[in-house]
Amino acid sequence: MSQAIVRVEDLHKTYGETDVLKGVSLEVDEGEVLVIIGPSGTGKSTLLRCINLLAYPDRGHVWVDGEEITAPHADVNHIRERLGMVFQDFNLFNHLTAMGNVMVGLTQVKRMPRQEARELALFELERVGLQDKADLYPAQLSGGQKQRVAIARALGMDPRVMLFDEPTSALDPELIGEVLEVMKKLAREGMTMVVVTHEMGFAREVSNRMIFMEHGVIVEEGPPDQLFYHPQHPRTGEFLGKITELYGHRKREEE
Amino acid sequence: MDGLLAFWNMIWPGLGKGILVTLRVSAVALALGVATGLPAAVMRVYAPRWLRRLSIAYIEAFRGTPLLVQLFVIYYGLPDVGFLLERWGLPGQWLVLDNIVAAYLALGLNSGAYQAEYFRGAIQAIGAGQMMAARAIGMTRLQAIVHIVLPQALRLALPAWTNEVAYMVKYSSVVFIIAVPDLLARGQFIISKYYNPMEILLTVGAVYLAMVLVIATLMGRLERRLRIPGMELEVERT
Repeated sequence: MSQAIVRVEDLHKTYGETDVLKGVSLEVDEGEVLVIIGPSGTGKSTLLRCINLLAYPDRGHVWVDGEEITAPHADVNHIRERLGMVFQDFNLFNHLTAMGNVMVGLTQVKRMPRQEARELALFELERVGLQDKADLYPAQLSGGQKQRVAIARALGMDPRVMLFDEPTSALDPELIGEVLEVMKKLAREGMTMVVVTHEMGFAREVSNRMIFMEHGVIVEEGPPDQLFYHPQHPRTGEFLGKITELYGHRKREEE
Repeated sequence: MDGLLAFWNMIWPGLGKGILVTLRVSAVALALGVATGLPAAVMRVYAPRWLRRLSIAYIEAFRGTPLLVQLFVIYYGLPDVGFLLERWGLPGQWLVLDNIVAAYLALGLNSGAYQAEYFRGAIQAIGAGQMMAARAIGMTRLQAIVHIVLPQALRLALPAWTNEVAYMVKYSSVVFIIAVPDLLARGQFIISKYYNPMEILLTVGAVYLAMVLVIATLMGRLERRLRIPGMELEVERT
C-alpha cells in the first residue's frame, strides 16, 4: 500500500431512516492536513467516528497504518491508540485534573509507570501551553483551556493521526484563537490531521487538501485554492460563499 | 436519680449488645448490597441484552416482594430445597442457614436491588461523551467503566446511598422475627421482662436516631471530601 496512513473505502452508515454516509472513500497521507467542510448533518462527524470505530459503519472498510480496523477480529482498542480524537464538547474526564486527564490513558492503556506518565503528561501540557494548569479540574478551566487539555490528552497516546471533530464550535469567539494556534503548531510539527471545521481561515492557511461533503457523499476534493477560488462544483462555491459571509471576513485580502 | 440509674443498669447491657448486632447486620447487608447492586447496575446499562434482563429480573424480584417474605423464604424455605436436593443424592445441608446469615442475605439482596437503581441513575447521568472519550484513547469498555464512569457516578450516588444506610439501620430490625438479637429485639425482650413498654421503646427509638445522625454526619463529611473542585460552583449553595 502507498503512503496513506488512513484509507477509507466505500463507507456507508445509516441511522434509522437516514443514510448519513453513502459511499465515502478517501486517503490521508503522512504529514497531511485534511480539512473536511460541509453543511451540518451531512455526515462529517460520522465519517470521523467511523474512522476510529466510535460509530460502526454498515458497509465499507477502514485501514489505519496498513491494518484494517473494520476487519472482524481487529484489535480495535489497540488501533485506536494510534488515532487521537478531539471532540466538539471536549469530553474531559470531570473527576480528574488536567494532568490526570492526560495521564489516565498512559497508565491504564499504555501501562506506563506513574512517574514516567507524569513527566510525559507534563510535556504534553507544555505543548499546548497549559503546564501551569496541570492541577486544575475541568470545571476550573475555560472552554479553550479544556479543549487544549483534550488535545494534550490525545497527543499523550502518541497517535499517528489526529482527528478533530469541530474542535472550536462550542467555544466563545475569543477562545477560538488559542485552540487554532495549538492546532497550527501541530500541523507545523508534521502531525497528520483530519479536521472537520467551519474555520475557513484555518482551512486556507493550514490545510493541504480540502473535502467538501454534502448529503453523505464527497462533492469536491482538492487543494484549498481550488475550493476557495476555482470550485469545480456549483454547491462548493455556494457553501463557501455563505460560510465566509457568516464566519467573518477572513477573505482574500488577508493574504 | 437513683431510679434513672437503675433503669439504665437494667436496659444497658442488653441494648449495648443489640446495637452491635444491628450495626453488624447493617454493615454486612450494605456491603453485600454494593457487591450485588453495583454489578447489577453496570449490567443493566452496559451488558448485552440477556445479562441486562437477568439484572432487571433480580431487581424487580427483590424490589417487588416484601422483605419479610424474602427473609422467610431464605430462612425457612431454603432448608426445604436442601432437603429435596438430599433426596436426589445432592449436597443440601449448606442451604440450612444460621439466622444471622439468613438476615445478612435477605437484607443484602434486598438492599442490592434498591442500590442497583441508585447506581443506575447515577451512571446514566454521566454523559455518553465520557465513555466515548475513554474509548477514543484506547480504553476497553470495562476500563472506561472502572476508571472513568464509576468514579463520577459513585460520587453522584452518594446522597441516595446515605439514604439507603439510614433505611438499613432502622429496617434491619425485621430480623428480630427470625430471632436475631438486634437492638429492637433486645428492647422487646426487656419489655417482656419488666413490662415498661413506653420508656424502653422511646429509648430504643432515640438510640436508632442517634445512630442515623452519626452516620449521616459521617457521610456528609465523606461527600464534601470527595467533591470535585470547581463543581461546587455549578450547585451554588442557596
